[in-house]
Amino acid sequence: MTQYNFAYLDEATKRMLRRAILKAVAIPGYQVPFSSREMPMPYGWGTGGVQVTAACLVPEDTLKVIDQGADDTTNAVSIRKFFARVAGIATTEATARASVIQTRHRIPETPLAAGQILVFQVPIPEPLRFLEPRETETRTMHALEDYGLMQVRLYEDIARHGEIARAYAYPVRVEGRYVMDPSPIPKFDNPKLHMSPALQLFGAGRECRIYALPPFTRVESLDFDDYPFTPSKAAGQACAICGAADSYLDEVITDDAGGRMFVCSDTEYCSSRAASQQGDAA
Amino acid sequence: MNAPLTTGFADPARDAARAFRQVLDAMAHPGRIVTLTGALAPAPCSDAAAIALMVLADSTTPLHLAGAHDCAALRDWVAFHLGAPLCGAQEAVFALGAWEALAPLSRYPQGVPDYPDRSATLIVECPELRNDGVRLTGPGIEKDAWLNLPDAVALQANAARFPLGCDLLLTCGPSLAALPRSTRLEVC
Repeated sequence: MTQYNFAYLDEATKRMLRRAILKAVAIPGYQVPFSSREMPMPYGWGTGGVQVTAACLVPEDTLKVIDQGADDTTNAVSIRKFFARVAGIATTEATARASVIQTRHRIPETPLAAGQILVFQVPIPEPLRFLEPRETETRTMHALEDYGLMQVRLYEDIARHGEIARAYAYPVRVEGRYVMDPSPIPKFDNPKLHMSPALQLFGAGRECRIYALPPFTRVESLDFDDYPFTPSKAAGQACAICGAADSYLDEVITDDAGGRMFVCSDTEYCSSRAASQQGDAA
Repeated sequence: MNAPLTTGFADPARDAARAFRQVLDAMAHPGRIVTLTGALAPAPCSDAAAIALMVLADSTTPLHLAGAHDCAALRDWVAFHLGAPLCGAQEAVFALGAWEALAPLSRYPQGVPDYPDRSATLIVECPELRNDGVRLTGPGIEKDAWLNLPDAVALQANAARFPLGCDLLLTCGPSLAALPRSTRLEVC
């Protein structure tokens, strides 16, 4: 496809993105402002992730794109096709074969390896935004390491609900310094952020922020000594298709009579497990 | 008569993408030595430093040339290939030179508490890059990494200012290693 520059964006834009990405890697968890471009998709469809991916891709890459764990939903399919067309790169659904993985709101179940890059799509990068709407104030709070407000919020959850009532976008502290929004991944995925061998990059297109977790970075989910963080998923359930008891499950309503099933949110993990079980049976 | 300029990337978009991935790999793994290829630099600039600048610097990023690197051949090369305005150390987004010419780090923007990203990236030309000397730990490093660094004491002070401070790209010939401000240093 010669009508597009490699990876869609012009070179000046890519240099701007690349400078922001390097600063983000140098200051783990800090949100670097960047001048987000209009992309050929609406905000909320992963424009930040797409720009970060475009800045990082090389022609030899193999790209995987997931949306809530699924390789075959509209968002994942269209972004994968987009990069196959404008960058001519190979695509895959297999986590282990991908060199770059763009994700919306999940971390794959298959453990990531060194050398892989995981690009998160982020809607609201500022973990303090719902506590303090003013950007000038949240910026000062980060500068002063003043995260008391967040701890109070978590405490109020415990006072009201008996537990920290946040199932996704659960705030983390990076290397003991910056409090960071891990994007709306389920808190089940939070432990995978910690000391991951892969490089994790976060792009928020509408909010114009890029942040990063270098490999082997300490990432702690915020909690209290007497109310420790617990990653959770549908309790006591296993996947109805592949039988996995250790993966994150989606609840699927199957009829109007209250029928339901739990299936893996990570479609590639689920189908590869199901295929190998079929192979064993045959 | 001016010496002819060295050539840039043959395939700018793809060559720059490959070179950036190497720089990103180095920055994400402090102490790791990567190799940059695709373009040549005029003396006294190393190929790795020139390629890193071609990937990252442009007309929006003031560049400081320090010491022997502030020469006519390199100024011409910058004007043609980057278009980056040349500036003093105080305004630099990027700075290029040998450690002795660049030091001290306090001359460069360190970022401000609200915007620690507004700090200079120094490209330090080194006589050699080896994985020994100073022990590095921190983000990007599983257990530890080693790198011969020009002035461990000054760089320890830089790391102690985290989240403020400068980030370093160390270059020698086609080789490049990175030392972000987040890396902790131990002289053994």
